[in-house]
Amino acid sequence: MKRIITAVVQNRSGVLNRVTGLLQKRQFNIESISVGHTESEGISKMTLVVEVEDNAKLEQLTKQLNKQIDVIKVSDITDKAIVARELALIKVVSSGQLRQEIQGIIEPFRATIIDISKDSLTVQVTGKPEKIEALIDLLRPYGIKELSRTGVTAFLRGHQPSVTEINSYSLLK
Amino acid sequence: MKVEAKPVFDSKVQTGKEPNSKEEQKTGADLLVESLIAEDVDTIFGYPGGAVLPIYDALFKARDSFQHILTRHEQGAIHAAEGYARVLGKPGVVIATSGPGATNLITGIADAMMDSLPLVVFTGQVARGVIGTDAFQEADVIGITTPITKQNYQVQDISDLPRIVREAFHIASTGRPGPVVVDIPKDISASPCKGSYDSDFHLPGYHPTMKPNPLQIRKLADAISKAKRPLILSGAGVLHGKASDKLTEFAEKTQIPVTTTLLGLGTFPASNPLSLGMAGMHGTFTANMAMYDCDLLINIGARFDDRLTGNLAHFAPNAVVSHIDIDPAEIGKNVPTQIPIVSDSYAAIDQLIVAVTDAGDHDEWLEHLQDSKANYPLWHNDSKSALLPQWLMKELHQVTNGEAIISTDVGQHQMWAAQYYTFAKPNRWITSGGLGTMGFGFPAAIGAQLAAPDETVVAVVGDGGFQMTLQELSVLQERRLPVKVIIVNNGALGMVRQWQETFYEGRYSESLLDVQPDFVKLAESYSIRGYKVDNQEDLLKVLPEVFEYDGPVVMDCRVLQQENVYPMIAPGKGIHEMIGVKP
Repeated sequence: MKRIITAVVQNRSGVLNRVTGLLQKRQFNIESISVGHTESEGISKMTLVVEVEDNAKLEQLTKQLNKQIDVIKVSDITDKAIVARELALIKVVSSGQLRQEIQGIIEPFRATIIDISKDSLTVQVTGKPEKIEALIDLLRPYGIKELSRTGVTAFLRGHQPSVTEINSYSLLK
Repeated sequence: MKVEAKPVFDSKVQTGKEPNSKEEQKTGADLLVESLIAEDVDTIFGYPGGAVLPIYDALFKARDSFQHILTRHEQGAIHAAEGYARVLGKPGVVIATSGPGATNLITGIADAMMDSLPLVVFTGQVARGVIGTDAFQEADVIGITTPITKQNYQVQDISDLPRIVREAFHIASTGRPGPVVVDIPKDISASPCKGSYDSDFHLPGYHPTMKPNPLQIRKLADAISKAKRPLILSGAGVLHGKASDKLTEFAEKTQIPVTTTLLGLGTFPASNPLSLGMAGMHGTFTANMAMYDCDLLINIGARFDDRLTGNLAHFAPNAVVSHIDIDPAEIGKNVPTQIPIVSDSYAAIDQLIVAVTDAGDHDEWLEHLQDSKANYPLWHNDSKSALLPQWLMKELHQVTNGEAIISTDVGQHQMWAAQYYTFAKPNRWITSGGLGTMGFGFPAAIGAQLAAPDETVVAVVGDGGFQMTLQELSVLQERRLPVKVIIVNNGALGMVRQWQETFYEGRYSESLLDVQPDFVKLAESYSIRGYKVDNQEDLLKVLPEVFEYDGPVVMDCRVLQQENVYPMIAPGKGIHEMIGVKP
């Protein structure tokens, strides 16, 4: 099962290495990992999307992360009401005639063209991973020259609904 | 020309003047030494080299505050520090230089991580300006040690040094103990500084849970009152929590039998009627069957290692499992646990003693176990004259009144010592359990002797393992440490040979050591007494002499090569499927 885990960490050198090394050593599969500063100085947040077999494995993963000295807080937010976003840059083969057509495809995704050259254009899209997947699928027939994704970053919504409502918000199950 | 030996740290001989004159500027290395003194360090195991020259210079100036043990290999230093930490329960301190000095420590760091031993390891590093350029004697110590340390640091700014040292000692010795590496670039230790030791630190992500949740304790107390076949499994966590006496009190109050892990030997007196001996691959039949049959298993500070559990499908199949551990990540890692208790072992047992008002009735269970102990004791072949390793361990126990500190490598001799040197007290058993490190026992015994100068310390080693770290005989010679080295010499890598005999149809691939040094002459070349015995009569004659002598001894005991360690749970089998049980 796919889970979104966030880890608040002290921003010390080597902390990313320690976390990824731990996941590798304990044989966990990371689908994506993104790291960045938070509102507090010296504190960073990692968002990991991991594929785990079962709840026991998942529990091990969060415990092992928590055990690291520089890790301050670990949360599995998969089943919570969350906002999760990813950014992708997609360079598509495109001659002049196709530009309009591609523009038409990306518009509903609220994606933008951020670079154009003689024979290609680059699309920037943000959103949930599924939305990005969908756009990639639509653009693939035109020929994707280069694709780069940031991985998911996520946190809890300001308001957490009561338990019964939660399932409908679940993002990745 | 005859050169008269001088003590190495006699400054006047070497420099002709008193160092540490007032005009000398304080350096990062001085600050480090100041911090070590503040941390109550009085013994350092180490080996100098280019990148730690400033640190060794500062140590020279502060030589009255420390004894520095110059081992002859960095691996010797780190294993000695492990033995020291195991006996004293406080961090062993190691210094090594950059590059090869640091990489030579790796086995010991990994060993300490597996067996939860507190170490603070200082490694030199090339100057900050050349880190990452493949400079001379540069190794990525942080990268290499990250998976095998509780925490590691590279000092990037001299103002961080006192805080890092403080954190390193705090992290190494609290919670679940473990090794911490501090990597110090040479320009940091050499540069002038103004700072001083400061006990402040900031670790927002590190708060070990020391006290148990009372609700969980209540749950376990209820389970105890209902259990018909309860069992305590005692591990090294009981040593770290200094909870041996509490454990005995708890077991006696509740009349729950106790088995220990390999590392937990000594946490519960082997002579107590409630003791079932060691469990696991070469544990007693009774202990393993008790783990199989019990309906409540109370694990205190053990990590359900695979050498203990055997095939997990057959481990404690009918038991409610409770696990008391200071490290939450150990709970549920290998064995599903119904009553988890995150706590220091002492606090948990202390509260349990109060919480258990009705220990239930399990006389039938105790009777059954006593019968089993009587019918299926540890056993071995008999011989009138030949030296049997099991017999040797019993004689060792005899001559030392069972009170020696015993340090071992890994393998057959380790298992025989664990089986037959029955321990009455904690912190007298030093062995490489998790990592299973050959060459550990002898240097660890050196550390143990330094930690406990008045105790009898015996290194029980194999002929294979001893040859991995025997260069440390120099330390015995230099310090006149009265360590007794007992080489259980079967001319083989015994456990490898045993497995090849049992599982590979006797194809002894590279496991027989036909060519060996003359260990007596070897010892004598270090001015150490050497003995060689190959029969019972000689051994009985020599043994009292060895232990009456107040200096170091190497004893080459030629034991029967074909002896195997039994009983045994074969790999992949369950704990109820032991082979080699007394017929």
